[in-house]
Amino acid sequence: MSLVYAGTCCHSPAITSRGEMADPQLRRQLLEAFDRQRQAIEDAGAEAIVMVSSEHFANFFMDNMPTFSIGIADEYYGPIEDPNWLKIPRTTIPANPDLSLRLINQVMQSVDVCFAQEWKFDHGMSVPLHFLTPQYKIPIIPVNINCQSKPMSPLHRSWALGLALREAINSAPEKIALIGTGGTSHWPCTPDSGKINEAWDRTLIDHLINKRKDALLAYTDEDTYREGGGGAFEIRTSVCIAAATEEQTGEVWFCEPIPIYATTCSILSLYQQPLDLLT
Amino acid sequence: MSLYYVQKLLYHLNRDPVQQQHFFEDRDTVFGHYTLTEEEVDALRKPDIGLLYVMGVNAQLLMHYATMSGYDWPQYIQAMRDGIDQYGPVREGLYAMQDGKGAI
Repeated sequence: MSLVYAGTCCHSPAITSRGEMADPQLRRQLLEAFDRQRQAIEDAGAEAIVMVSSEHFANFFMDNMPTFSIGIADEYYGPIEDPNWLKIPRTTIPANPDLSLRLINQVMQSVDVCFAQEWKFDHGMSVPLHFLTPQYKIPIIPVNINCQSKPMSPLHRSWALGLALREAINSAPEKIALIGTGGTSHWPCTPDSGKINEAWDRTLIDHLINKRKDALLAYTDEDTYREGGGGAFEIRTSVCIAAATEEQTGEVWFCEPIPIYATTCSILSLYQQPLDLLT
Repeated sequence: MSLYYVQKLLYHLNRDPVQQQHFFEDRDTVFGHYTLTEEEVDALRKPDIGLLYVMGVNAQLLMHYATMSGYDWPQYIQAMRDGIDQYGPVREGLYAMQDGKGAI
């Protein structure tokens, strides 16, 4: 079929682990936005979700760190974190290895990717899935971009990955949703945890929804680290989704700093299937 | 410094409950499987979370080691701040990109 929906969302583990400690109104608005995105995915009839995230040393380490990796397992498992801490029960997560294979083969026509036949999801996948497919009814195709350890790929390669994913998704008969997770300012697990650069986040999000390629690719790692912290290297995931949906202007469904969640939480809708393509 | 192997040990502990149990039963044997300096072994054994942070251990790995060592979140954050005060700026790794003290 083709891409039927795309967006980005936050993946802070504190959204579930410290959920009730946030301002109640902000939390309610955030959860409503997550639910709106869940509904959009369901209304679009998505038969699979390609989820682009940045894992945090759950599967990949510096002994052989893949720049880009796509899952091809029969099923996935998560969360890898203590479920009593993350407050998300451990479970198996449905996959679609046949679709994974076809997507990987197509992506490889233009971008080199690794594949992984085993994958334990951490909060980068598990928190969004908890809200977007809480019953785990939709098969997941995980995609990872290394945003944890230098050297990291330049942003124009994330853009290229987004274009390649879009072409691959459009070549598949299934209806597919594409979700990126993470990427606003945060200084995770460091002495500066909880610091947020709201102005930097809002500028980034404005570039994302307006698909300003030149502005997005102009971010340097040095500037990103200084203004957005080590967690902001994850802008690679949202740049990837912006590239995949370049033809449409997106919408901000939620964007507010929530200090107890240690980041600006955002839910962006970056692509909805045009009415003339709906079946 | 063998920051890579300190982090590799923590990576293994974080994702494998069996290795984690083995480590807390017999740390010396596990240390022997990695190329570590005396300072690194001491920091891991205590544990000295602040020194490990200053050595450059990625906090996405260090956070889990602190948790399994009994630190709650405020204690973990404070340990890193104390480490900077006691040992100086972060020596290498991701957080050494600026002044090694983070964003503040």
